Amino acid sequence: MTDTVNDVASLMSDGPPLNRPKIQVVPLKGLPISAAAVVFVTLAIAGNWQWALVFCHVAGGGLWTGIDLFVGLVLGPILGRLSIPARAEFAARFMPKMVIIMPTVVMMTLATGFQIARKMGNLYAKSPNHSWLIASFCVVGVMAVIALGILEPANIAVLFEMNKPVPNGELIGRLMKRFIYTAGITGLMQIATLIIMTRVATQ
Amino acid sequence: MNIDQTSTVPSSSERSYPPIGWLSTGALAMVIIGGILMASYAPRKAPLGAATTLLVVGASLLLSAGVLLVSVKDFSRTTFFKVFKWAIFADLVTAALIEFAFVRDHTNGESLLIVTGMLAVFTLSVPTTIAFTVARYAED
Repeated sequence: MTDTVNDVASLMSDGPPLNRPKIQVVPLKGLPISAAAVVFVTLAIAGNWQWALVFCHVAGGGLWTGIDLFVGLVLGPILGRLSIPARAEFAARFMPKMVIIMPTVVMMTLATGFQIARKMGNLYAKSPNHSWLIASFCVVGVMAVIALGILEPANIAVLFEMNKPVPNGELIGRLMKRFIYTAGITGLMQIATLIIMTRVATQ
Repeated sequence: MNIDQTSTVPSSSERSYPPIGWLSTGALAMVIIGGILMASYAPRKAPLGAATTLLVVGASLLLSAGVLLVSVKDFSRTTFFKVFKWAIFADLVTAALIEFAFVRDHTNGESLLIVTGMLAVFTLSVPTTIAFTVARYAED
């Protein structure tokens, strides 16, 4: 991955401006889908709608964990072996979609998860699942700080940098290193989530 | 005499800035820990002293970031606000949903006040981190 960063730097730091379309940092077409998810989650919470709560939690959580692990363990290494232009083109199309998808699935998972736990009595100190839930809160807390405080700012900054006439490859490489440094922690947290949630569901 | 100005003026990626991003991320971490504390006691009443302390520390870190942000020079405020307004829109939706869930769960009184304060810090800290990270590398 270090080679990747250096390659990007050498390709993009110098030379004339590239003639390429502007990247739409927030894909506006995705916003109605995200808004529909927010409305659906709100209705599920307001109506204490058991099926909808479980659907949002399972679907959102499955996508969140699946996307995180797939991108980190499968897509990441493949990307590392692609040519630099292919990698840049992929990132330009992929990262804006993540700006919409990830906050939406995280919101779906967390908002409904808390309601389900409350409804099922798992939040009570006497519940056998109580300590597992506290562990899951901590896991989510770590992932939230990494995602919101470290990765999302880097993601948006990379997209803005790629929109410049001559992107600074060294800077993009530096920002992308954040993804490499945190991939291991995020992967571990997601595996912990799978263990915790399957324990909670079977106790 | 010709002087190459570009060699003496650092580019946006070389300029050094105060740790605004780290301060706002620290604020986020404080309110997330506070949120975990509050949630782990639900539906009982959480120890409000610890939660209030975390909120005050989080708010202080965010305030420090804000003060540094106002005083920083060679910084693209246009880009900062352009990104900030989008990010705060997204985080307001999330915060409103969390607040709604707490109200729906009959959280009230001091607990609701602390949760609202934490959500306010959350709503301001994430856009600050994102917008600062983008704007510090902007050239305009």
